[in-house]
Amino acid sequence: MEQTYAIQLEEITKTFGEVVANDKVSLSLARGEILALLGENGSGKTTLMNMLSGIYFPDSGRIFVNGQEVTIRAPKDAFDLHIGMIHQHFKLVDILTAAENIILGLDGGRLNRRTVAEEIRTISEKYGFDIDPNQKIYEMSVSQKQTVEIVKVLYRGADILILDEPTAVLTPQETDKLFAVLRNMKADGKAIIIITHKLHEVMAISDQVAVLRKGKYIGTVSTAETSPQQLTEMMVGRAVTLDIDRPLVEHQTPRLAVQDLTCVNGEGVTTLDHVSFTAMGGEILGIAGVAGSGQKELLEAIAGLQKGTGHILYHPPHPDQPVAGQHVPVNPQGEELLGKSPRQIRDIGVSLAFVPEDRLGMGLVAGMDLVDNMLLKSYQEGRGPMVDRKTPRKLAEQLIEALEIVTPGVSTPVRRLSGGNVQKVLVGREIASNPTVLMTAYPVRGLDINSSYTIYHLLNEQKKLGVAVILVGEDLDVLLELCDRILVLCGGAVSGIVDGRTTTKEEVGLLMTHVPGGKEEA
Amino acid sequence: MSNWLNFIAAAVAASAPLLFGTLGEILTEKSGNLNLGVEGMMFMGGVAGIAGSYCYELAAGSGYNGWISALVAVICAFGAGMFGALLYSVLTVSLRVNQNVAGLALTIFGTGFGNFFGEVLGNAAGGFVSVGERTKAVFNGVTGLDGPGKLLFSYNFMVYLGLVLAVVLAWFLNSSRKGLNLRSVGESPATADAAGINVTRYKYLATCLGGGICGLGGMYIVMATQGGTWVHNCINGKGWIAVALVIFATWSPLRALVGSLVFGGLSVMRFYFPFGGNIYAPIYDIAPYIATVLVLIAVSIRQRRESQPPNSLGLAYFREER
Repeated sequence: MEQTYAIQLEEITKTFGEVVANDKVSLSLARGEILALLGENGSGKTTLMNMLSGIYFPDSGRIFVNGQEVTIRAPKDAFDLHIGMIHQHFKLVDILTAAENIILGLDGGRLNRRTVAEEIRTISEKYGFDIDPNQKIYEMSVSQKQTVEIVKVLYRGADILILDEPTAVLTPQETDKLFAVLRNMKADGKAIIIITHKLHEVMAISDQVAVLRKGKYIGTVSTAETSPQQLTEMMVGRAVTLDIDRPLVEHQTPRLAVQDLTCVNGEGVTTLDHVSFTAMGGEILGIAGVAGSGQKELLEAIAGLQKGTGHILYHPPHPDQPVAGQHVPVNPQGEELLGKSPRQIRDIGVSLAFVPEDRLGMGLVAGMDLVDNMLLKSYQEGRGPMVDRKTPRKLAEQLIEALEIVTPGVSTPVRRLSGGNVQKVLVGREIASNPTVLMTAYPVRGLDINSSYTIYHLLNEQKKLGVAVILVGEDLDVLLELCDRILVLCGGAVSGIVDGRTTTKEEVGLLMTHVPGGKEEA
Repeated sequence: MSNWLNFIAAAVAASAPLLFGTLGEILTEKSGNLNLGVEGMMFMGGVAGIAGSYCYELAAGSGYNGWISALVAVICAFGAGMFGALLYSVLTVSLRVNQNVAGLALTIFGTGFGNFFGEVLGNAAGGFVSVGERTKAVFNGVTGLDGPGKLLFSYNFMVYLGLVLAVVLAWFLNSSRKGLNLRSVGESPATADAAGINVTRYKYLATCLGGGICGLGGMYIVMATQGGTWVHNCINGKGWIAVALVIFATWSPLRALVGSLVFGGLSVMRFYFPFGGNIYAPIYDIAPYIATVLVLIAVSIRQRRESQPPNSLGLAYFREER
């Protein structure tokens, strides 16, 4: 007898206007199995899964669940078939509690909050979750929100789970916890599909790997019989080297000296605790730490967006250097940046480039097109009351060319671009301003391999020019391969600065949770 | 002392149309639809209410019953308000027209609708249209009471209906599953959709029922405040005050009770506590708006997430949007 699959897709096709998002994709998945769905940005992974969860409806093709052909027209149909999807952008209502979010949309008589909380605790205990049913979503951390999402689909009795890039926002420890839960579920006979970019996670958790490329189904391989190298080639379509360059710049000069920087936020919590370090021109300084250890505050303090005590001293590059700029040094001891606004910092000739964590919140205006977003950096430069649109338009066109940004044109709102392309626009714009200090936070978050390498390459180019690059990262493997030195933050304090060429993942991991001679954190 | 008593009784009576408008708009906005057509729907409800009563009295002849007449007015007003809200829903939910524009258009349409049919009805009735004495008596409530009795029992049935409606709506939104679903539709339609909630149906139902409730407010003005006679432009901005009251009440039906009482009180204060003569009358008119601004400042300082407008208020939802 033929094996009955939990999920079987046959020649699924979906188009959005002219764009073919999925072209005759076929997949199958058995119970008690974890399938990793791999592909670059825009290869149609999420679209395909959205058709299983009822968000989109396929143009053609057939879907079988437990051997039966089904039609999924709405999310409700998916629940009835016990399919549950955990979306990349969490689908939770912020002002409701965890329990309220979990029972959302379910029928069944009077709303009894106590019974619901009881049921949620039972599920949590079974799979090893840690969750407070009465906590509001907006008070939760990212990983707690994800837990709520998973419990939500389990509460609805899902036995086929789809997770869309679940680890993109998690720390290594949280990822381990999630994988432990997934293994529990697998042992419980559930079928799981996980979408991810990270190859080492694919290797760690999955049984099968299905690869998509530009909407086309490339093939399925068994994880045990494949290698990251082979998967990358299937994904990209050609051989790619997985090594990251790390050129050594011989001539390094101090660029930014941070001394005893302490910041206190609005709630009176100390976010940065006597931080001191020096960033050199011609090096990439990595900043590692568990999420919320003060990374954001540190970058913002340098950019002039945070108040604090201590010193941030800027040392201009030597006039002979290619990045020299027009800075006229006033103080040979270095220029104090702390206490100045971003505008004042620029007015004294210091060229800081800042790629913030929140791309569409702080970096770009989502509703404006490429040209206008370029203009944001230069609108004060022209003379007279009119803005100059020609220069930013030219810049936008150059960036599209140089960085292979996929967009219908320069007058498309950036909101419509995919995550990777948005990031390229932002990084490209910041680099185009000829910075002497380039600060980036999570520059490759959510990007596929190809785009990530483009960004790494850009950072290396800047470093070779003599720019001081400060890189806040979450993927320790990448930090270890790319950075010259790594500064580790723990609870707002510097727990160590290590050499990127000689250190190990374990050493950095230990520093992330422990300040030598200081307090210990869980 | 009796001046105070009379003032409070008058304030309660004046607050009822505002309460209906506010409750209707709260229900609407909880679904994520910002319907600025409250004024229009009150006009439509008002003219439909009096037309219903008038026609019933004609049909029943001299033996008409005041209570049946009032019931007909309620049903007609509710239906007319729903009709206005239905137009708005088709435009904004199905056709995804800009909600502000559609709401303003509904106000203009409803104002014209009310005044036009009010005039037509007046001409047909020979000058002006007015309902019979027994119908008027129902909307006058209980007269001749004094002291605490007057404070509690002197109002017409609509006032008590509004009170019950506020309590029921508060219970529905906070303690029932359907209310939870409705709130999630207004907060994050994509989330609600993914949870298997029919977003379109919730938006249509909440908006149409909300419109019907607004229509009752208009009917109250015509039948009670104006004493059962159609007066040109009788709604006169009450619908806009209701829209402001929704914000004043921070989307809570129970606070809407307090808010409409305050605003109702401010609108009749000049008759009970006059000062300075007619030049200063506009000061009384300004007072409600100053109160709104003060509440907005207080809400913004407290920054409670629960006091914020529904997150997707004013936005159309399209499932396959990329």
